[in-house]
Amino acid sequence: MSTSAAPGLVVSAEQRKRARSLGIAYLVLAVVCFTIFTRRAGDAGFRISESSQFTLPAQGFGWALGIVLIAIAAGQLLRGFGKLSNVVLALATAAFFMSFMAWAAAGDSFSFVGMLQDTVSRSVPITLGAVAGILSERSGVINISIEGMLLASACTSAIGASLTNLWLGTLVGILTGVALAAILAVMSIRYKVDQVIVGFAINFFALGVTSFISFRVLVPNRDTMNNLLPVMPIRIPLFADIPFFGQILFDQTIFVYFSFATVALATWGLYRTKWGLRTRAIGEYPRAAGTLGVDVNKLRYRNLLLAGAVAGVGGAWWPIGIVGRFDQNITNGRGFIALAAVIFGRWHPVGALCGALVFALAEAVRLKIGNFDTGIPSEFLIMAPYLVTLIVVAGFIGASRAPKAAGQPYEDQ
Amino acid sequence: MHEMKFELRGITKRFPGVVANDNVNLSVETGEVLALIGENGAGKSTLMNVLYGLYRADEGELLIDGQATQFSSPADAIAAGIGMVHQHFMLVPVMTVAENVVLGVEPTGRFGSLDIDEARRMVREVSDRYHLELDPDAIIEDLSVGVRQRVEIVKVLMRDAKIVVFDEPTAVLTPSEILEFFGIVRSLVEAGRGVIFITHKLKEALEIADRINVLRRGKVVGEALPKNTSEAAIAEMMVGRPVLLVVDKAPATPREAMLTLAGVSVVDPDGRTVVDGASFEVRVGEIVCVAGVQGNGQTELVEAIAGLRRVASGSISLGGKNITGDSPRERHAAGMAHIPEDRQRQGLVTELSITENLVLTRYHDAEFSQGIRMKWDAAAAKSQELVAAYDIRTTDPSQLASTLSGGNQQKVIVARELSRNIRVVVAAQPTRGIDVGSIEYVHAQIVKERDAGRAVLVVSTELDEVMSLADRVLVMYRGKIVADVDPKKVSHMDIGLYMAGSRPAAVVA
Repeated sequence: MSTSAAPGLVVSAEQRKRARSLGIAYLVLAVVCFTIFTRRAGDAGFRISESSQFTLPAQGFGWALGIVLIAIAAGQLLRGFGKLSNVVLALATAAFFMSFMAWAAAGDSFSFVGMLQDTVSRSVPITLGAVAGILSERSGVINISIEGMLLASACTSAIGASLTNLWLGTLVGILTGVALAAILAVMSIRYKVDQVIVGFAINFFALGVTSFISFRVLVPNRDTMNNLLPVMPIRIPLFADIPFFGQILFDQTIFVYFSFATVALATWGLYRTKWGLRTRAIGEYPRAAGTLGVDVNKLRYRNLLLAGAVAGVGGAWWPIGIVGRFDQNITNGRGFIALAAVIFGRWHPVGALCGALVFALAEAVRLKIGNFDTGIPSEFLIMAPYLVTLIVVAGFIGASRAPKAAGQPYEDQ
Repeated sequence: MHEMKFELRGITKRFPGVVANDNVNLSVETGEVLALIGENGAGKSTLMNVLYGLYRADEGELLIDGQATQFSSPADAIAAGIGMVHQHFMLVPVMTVAENVVLGVEPTGRFGSLDIDEARRMVREVSDRYHLELDPDAIIEDLSVGVRQRVEIVKVLMRDAKIVVFDEPTAVLTPSEILEFFGIVRSLVEAGRGVIFITHKLKEALEIADRINVLRRGKVVGEALPKNTSEAAIAEMMVGRPVLLVVDKAPATPREAMLTLAGVSVVDPDGRTVVDGASFEVRVGEIVCVAGVQGNGQTELVEAIAGLRRVASGSISLGGKNITGDSPRERHAAGMAHIPEDRQRQGLVTELSITENLVLTRYHDAEFSQGIRMKWDAAAAKSQELVAAYDIRTTDPSQLASTLSGGNQQKVIVARELSRNIRVVVAAQPTRGIDVGSIEYVHAQIVKERDAGRAVLVVSTELDEVMSLADRVLVMYRGKIVADVDPKKVSHMDIGLYMAGSRPAAVVA
């Protein structure tokens, strides 16, 4: 029954439920403000350029925000904010984040702009991994092997770039991603093996092989095979001079620009081209496309290989974009976080980019907070990105809907 | 529009163990309607898949205007001017009408960008020309089945199909939508297109076709012109023997209420109310039929009665005892027989033997088991007895149920459910997809149960079946029981109006 008797009523019941849990969440945040963020005295300095900074009194801000949050919670629970509720949520979350940073940096100062710049840089592999996931799943193939693709291409591109140059190294990474994607494609499309199992196999295969290479090949030949100078940031003239945002967005490596361009291109491609229409169709109801003469499996092959290439660039970011070498398990679950970004972004590239930025921020904050004496054990800080992933996915996954045919092999009758 | 003649000559298609099409010849030209009629399993679908390029025939050839041709994919068939409207619509539910229609033949601008304005214009143009009244920006999942079918028709017309194949197009339509659909078919023919109309409904074939070809066991066994033939004659060709098309039954003599529903509502996992406050009773000695277009909550209603779905509110009682919270097995024990809608998924375990299926609801009885040990001899003996009594056509009951034809599978379920001490029979779509001969048999069994003093509830989307079988008709629309009428006092059209959610003017009182 697609047009049920009372869809309006049911939706509003669901909205009411969501509004209520949102109100309770605001209350919880307020409690956190009062009990934790007001504990540390002193001003926190947020540096927003080389020479300027603004300061927040940690305790005062915590008290003030706590009171505001209680007001918001009351408004949410009693009346709701209607169309504005997402704006309120975003503002409240941002203020809460600032209060958290002020608490952590109380009596000290840190480079706020540097942290955000780091966030954008760290979002690259997550964003590219997420776009790879979107390309696969939108065509109807579940791809949990992003992690494996990132890891394997990080390894091969490190070797390639050490032995030749950065461009060829990146190309080697891309080819590695494509090769793993080809395995996934042949197994899941041609042989119709369960896609989740193939994905797992690829992840473990990548982890095992790269660990072996790391210990047996790269450690003994550290200077020749695992030693390179990563790419330098490229300042975009004029744009980079915009106060604050210029440094965050336009003083970055080519990987960041590539990642933004990929998101834009994928969005345009999926929603504004013939290829995108067909891709979305075969992810939702492949038989509809098949009976109209679209070669479903061929398109799935092509999109998976493309996804592998995108993930390959994402993997190359580690050695070539930031670290300058490959370490065992250097990706450390970023491929899975990319999958969370896919869900967060509801299978839309721009949404996935937002998700990637949230997760990258958690990581950047974690690295920054390590410098302060907050009393949080470092083990807990390392958990932060994953904890954020868990909370965000648990909070948003209910409203999100995967392409219907994802996971199902297609047979030509 | 220039003319075209499409022919199939000597088409043979074999599957392991079966000849699905056996030397089939047929032809259709632009400007005519050819009805292809046959029972389920007669080879209609296989034939359609062959002529649409989804299957390759083992023997025989396709000819267009006398020229031999080959289709290796639907794309070839489309290019040759063949269009197909599938029984299960081939539409992407989350996309718009325009997106669905242009899929595969997208108008493009620069860099392969999709020209969606052009797509909208194309949809509007075709829609206006044939009075289909489609909104190019509507999302498919918001549309009714009848409108979705029109989207499918636009899809075919947009690809400039000269021969349009409709596979069981009326199965999901209300009676008034069927009339509208026939109007569309006629306007297609007037515009110089040819139509192949696949159906198992005799009346519709007689009404719309210029010629009728009858398919039985993979062969074309006859051709008829509607003006020189009758329903009975075609039915005989379909089955191979004379069949009774009307249910033979005496007037009902209902007594006390046996199955009673009071305000039963069911909510599906998405939170939608799919059965909305259904209240009715089924009395001993009567057949109550629930009519309605598929997807109006009948499936959920039956599952709630059978104990397969939780009831959100209201109560169900059997013989005065409240069974709302009882398990399916407790309901069985209380005397409920359930013939489910989906024979192969819910009615049988097709990968078990016929014997095993026949004792599936009773294997735990002392008759068939002792502790953890099954008494297979007793089961086999029972199975022999039932195979004989219910005319199940098999050489060996120890074979898998999947080896049986649809009609015989249905007889296995009927035998299992009716061959015990029961008080109420709940049958969902008991004759869907089975041959005319088996339909006759199942109907006779249902009447026999009524006359033996059971209360019978039948859910059917086939209006003809409802009208001939029922002693009382309930109509379900969007989860609600909207009518409770005597089939002898209302017309097909009246029921059809109820099924579409409106109310016949004459019966307002």
